[in-house]
Amino acid sequence: MAPNTEAERIEGHWSKTRTLTFVILGFWFVFAFLLPWNTKALNAIPFMGFPLGFYFIAQGSLIAFVVMIFVQNWFQDKIDDEYGFHEE
Amino acid sequence: MFRLQGKLVDNLPKVYGLYTGGFLIFILLMSILDKMGVSAQTIGVLFVAFTICIYALIGWLSRTMELGAYYVAGREVPAVYNGMATAADWMSGASFVALAGGIYFGGYGYMAFIVGWTGGYVLVNALMAPYLRKFGCYTVPDFIGTRYGGNVARFCAVVILVVASFTYVTAQIDASGTIAARALNISYATGVWFGLLAILMCSMLGGMRAVTWTQVAQYIVLIIAYLVPIIWMSNRQGFGIIPHFSYGEAIQRIQELEPMVKLGLKATESFPGRSVLTTPFNATGAPLESWKFATLALCMMAGTASLPHILMRYFTTPSVRSARKSVAWSLFFIFLLYFSAPCLATLTKLQLLDPNLPTAIIGKPFAEVANLAWIKNWASVGMVVISDSNKDGILQINEFFMRPDVVVLATPEIAGLPYVISGLVAAGGLAAAMSTADGLILAIANALSHDLYYKMIDPKADVRLRLIVARVLLVIIGIAAASIASLQITGILGAVAWAFCFACSGLFFPLVLGIWWKRANRQGAIAGMILGFGAGSLYLYLLQTGAITPWMGIDGLRFGMIGMPVSLVSMVVVSLMTPAPSADIQKMVDDTRIPTGGTILDAAH
Repeated sequence: MAPNTEAERIEGHWSKTRTLTFVILGFWFVFAFLLPWNTKALNAIPFMGFPLGFYFIAQGSLIAFVVMIFVQNWFQDKIDDEYGFHEE
Repeated sequence: MFRLQGKLVDNLPKVYGLYTGGFLIFILLMSILDKMGVSAQTIGVLFVAFTICIYALIGWLSRTMELGAYYVAGREVPAVYNGMATAADWMSGASFVALAGGIYFGGYGYMAFIVGWTGGYVLVNALMAPYLRKFGCYTVPDFIGTRYGGNVARFCAVVILVVASFTYVTAQIDASGTIAARALNISYATGVWFGLLAILMCSMLGGMRAVTWTQVAQYIVLIIAYLVPIIWMSNRQGFGIIPHFSYGEAIQRIQELEPMVKLGLKATESFPGRSVLTTPFNATGAPLESWKFATLALCMMAGTASLPHILMRYFTTPSVRSARKSVAWSLFFIFLLYFSAPCLATLTKLQLLDPNLPTAIIGKPFAEVANLAWIKNWASVGMVVISDSNKDGILQINEFFMRPDVVVLATPEIAGLPYVISGLVAAGGLAAAMSTADGLILAIANALSHDLYYKMIDPKADVRLRLIVARVLLVIIGIAAASIASLQITGILGAVAWAFCFACSGLFFPLVLGIWWKRANRQGAIAGMILGFGAGSLYLYLLQTGAITPWMGIDGLRFGMIGMPVSLVSMVVVSLMTPAPSADIQKMVDDTRIPTGGTILDAAH
């Protein structure tokens, strides 16, 4: 549904932006804190020859962060376009 | 010869493509000289001199007398290049020289730096960069000053910025001095001033524009210098073509070897600055271990998102969308180095410990190890010490002392790579330290010249005068930082972690809430900055003087854990106790959240 007024347009855009941001921060919490916190337990699982816990803090979380930012930006661009906030 | 058609920004792939090609040819040339028997010393000098001349040339070509170009590089830096510049800005001498060594010695606990210094960019992208870009400020205090209004808020932000960045910059000048001294065979004191001169050449004439284009060049040098030795060593020692994805077995092997070499034995002698390996490589499940990891990572992440020299890089992109895109590229370029550091630490450790490898030294006859070329070389400059403490004629794990820096600097020699690699590594370390120092000195000088001088002292100053003041301050700050660096007070990494904690204690919540909470007002922000920064600093002071012992494992590396909650609580409480910001300010926050339309501040504010 196309928003009617300018205020609705701004409100809709911000509410979607906010939701996206919180979802991304949720993922961030998992890879920045939850997995590293449990490194010792995760180490029991092998992954590509690595102990899994070590893998996350040395590589896996880092890759996740990079992907997370690209994905967030992709969705944010879609939100901007949807509400007509596309820049030149 | 090629000719530039139009402006530099239209020819970036060509210019930096040629530059990268030129640098690779230079490396090739050096390895030919190496084969012909030219000394390692000469090759080191050539590497350092060649790269510095290039940076200085770029700095000179980017000179400018325009405000927009000086403060924000004319806001025309494409996302990918801004990503490279940010990566160079970000990766300091500490990242380049000390990170892998830190992992070698610190294991799990130390890897919080890796997670923290990459995860922080998720915060930068999600919470800060696009909005600050939309705002259109020249400096970070510019945002605080305009969003909250009034000179007090602006001044608090300037003070925090200066303290955090200055702490950081001394460490960078120290690192460039150390590397220059070693490569050029001059004294440390001369090295520091030489390093400062090289840093100022990159930034003085062209401000942000010059720093941007030199940082891109420095990134290319530093990433080549970091990756080439690792990949070369890995191929030579049979760890795989690209070791990053296949070193898992090396970790398992180290865990097997650790009890065999009796890891954990304390040294019976001590050599300041050099230590023996005692910490296991992987997590042990010790009490507070996970907590210490999480708190350090959190301080580094929040610090990343509040360090002004990083945030101001995103003011240079043409649009909000490109600011976001450039955060993504920044992290990608940073990631290339950061996911290599644990790999390097692992392979180096394995080479020293594993008796099945020819490079092993632990458990070998003492006299044999003492005769190794690389041991002699690094022992002569005091970076490595071996001492047969128990007189059994065998080198034990607690008899091999080294400085953490050795892991990056000496690995090429441990693996028997040619000297040209050592020259390359020196050039890379110097590029890393110089680019960060440039960004920091510029951040401080710009805050003082724009926010303190122009906005608060002399708002009628014309463009010419403002740019002269900016440059004079740049030189003064550089000299001050170099003078303090030459005193050699703290180690490189201690000072770096402090800078992050200062920044997140004082600036993180005022910045985040300024965008995300309309109700945040001037009084709240001032309280958040003063109390947060004050509490963090006081805690650090008490720790350093020995008045208190770390509470809950919160030591000098993570005192942001004290400053941040104080900052958040005081900011929220004081904001709610005082009147809401005016309708104009609330409208300004709304505008900040929309990617399109003009900037909040006009171009020549």
